[in-house]
Amino acid sequence: MPDAGSNAIYSLRQVTKAYNGRQVLQVDQLDIGRGEILALVGPSGAGKSTLLRLLNFLEPPTKGTIRFGDAIFDTQGDMPLAARRRVTTVFQRPVLLNRSVWANVTYGLALRGKRDDSEMAQQVLQNVGLAAQRGQRARTLSGGEAQRVALARAMVLRPAVLLLDEPTANLDPYNVGLIEENVVRMNRESGTTTVLVTHNVFQARRLADRVALLLEGRIVEIGDNESFFNTPRDPRTSAFVRGEMVY
Amino acid sequence: MDKIIQGIIQAVQLIVDADPVVTEIVVLSLLVSGTALLISTLVGIPLGALMGLSRFAGRRLVIALLYTGMGFPPVVVGLFVYLMLSRSGPLAGLNLPFVPALFTPGAMVIAQTIISFPLVAGFTMAAVMGVDPQLRLQIRSLGATPLQTTLAILSESRVGVIVSIIAGFGSIISEVGAVMLVGGNIEGRTRVLTTAIVLETRKGAFDVAIALGIILLAITFLTNLAVLRLQGRALEE
Repeated sequence: MPDAGSNAIYSLRQVTKAYNGRQVLQVDQLDIGRGEILALVGPSGAGKSTLLRLLNFLEPPTKGTIRFGDAIFDTQGDMPLAARRRVTTVFQRPVLLNRSVWANVTYGLALRGKRDDSEMAQQVLQNVGLAAQRGQRARTLSGGEAQRVALARAMVLRPAVLLLDEPTANLDPYNVGLIEENVVRMNRESGTTTVLVTHNVFQARRLADRVALLLEGRIVEIGDNESFFNTPRDPRTSAFVRGEMVY
Repeated sequence: MDKIIQGIIQAVQLIVDADPVVTEIVVLSLLVSGTALLISTLVGIPLGALMGLSRFAGRRLVIALLYTGMGFPPVVVGLFVYLMLSRSGPLAGLNLPFVPALFTPGAMVIAQTIISFPLVAGFTMAAVMGVDPQLRLQIRSLGATPLQTTLAILSESRVGVIVSIIAGFGSIISEVGAVMLVGGNIEGRTRVLTTAIVLETRKGAFDVAIALGIILLAITFLTNLAVLRLQGRALEE
């Protein structure tokens, strides 16, 4: 899947983002295809998380446009609520509400006035291995469990796009495996477009259909999994794939 | 010591007998301070949330004014309201329907609202600002509207918000300067617990003053106890 082309759910054109006059992101063109898993890799400060915030419409771009379906997100920062609710993010650090696990998982449903999706919520909790903890206070969970609650909270919404910002950083292999398994299952079963920010080159290789390398706010190379890892065009991508790049 | 013991005995007696004069004073105290607190809460919590969650030009100035308001001496507030409502004051001549006359419970409510409102707003702002900023981002990411985001943040900072209400209540149920000035301590009309205590002390009726003081303390204690119950589990975590 080298090019999202006409199947794109997102089309970014001449997008830049600057904070206090300092530009941290410049994406001339990026299309993200419906149903694909796109991994964004690169060192810290490359602009990966900034790009995710733009894709979740949490911040407007400084310049340029992001087309999402029929809606356009530009410097005005206006996005219809219905479109905004088709996208959600799981952040690196799971921040949970000071309520029960169940209240956290169903929070997004409550925001949408959907109180009849408890079966779905129960199923998702089962999938992430936390069905027994549904009544437990969320803030008493371990880091791995908390991240699984955060993932369940996003999954239960059945979003069109799931954005993952280093969701398995600092987690043990068991939790990493469980989270990856759920992300892939959701992508395969529901066709959820997934954008994964990761430092972990092996994880990108395991999960992604396409991979993009970001350096200093720019996309250096983007390609399908096979070509990105086996026949990279850019020497910096080669260095990254070989693990020579210092983070 | 005898006077204190006598005061305690008399307090119990007054409560048990449901003394009509004392009952009237207690009811008026609760009515005036309760109304002022209700207005302060309805205005102060949204303003505190706005100050804590949004950035706009002049925000620092508004915060500075709010902090200044948190330290308003009640007697100065009383003087200000007195001057505003007095016959020669700017509000009295307007004959507006919602502007009360001096020496009425309405005037006392205005004075106490001015005292408690900055406390409610200021402590709410501090509580809201104490919530992890990442949580706000997360809530928005889950599809919350601005109102839903604000409500969720207020819910997360509920311990602090409740403390703001307690602080607001404490500042007015126990103040004497403002209500004395704008209420006038008129028997049967504007006499509240604090002004009655001052009057009884001046008369040398220490036992009655102590009795009223004990009732005031009991009201404050019971109110805070009720609020603690409201905080419930959130306080224990």
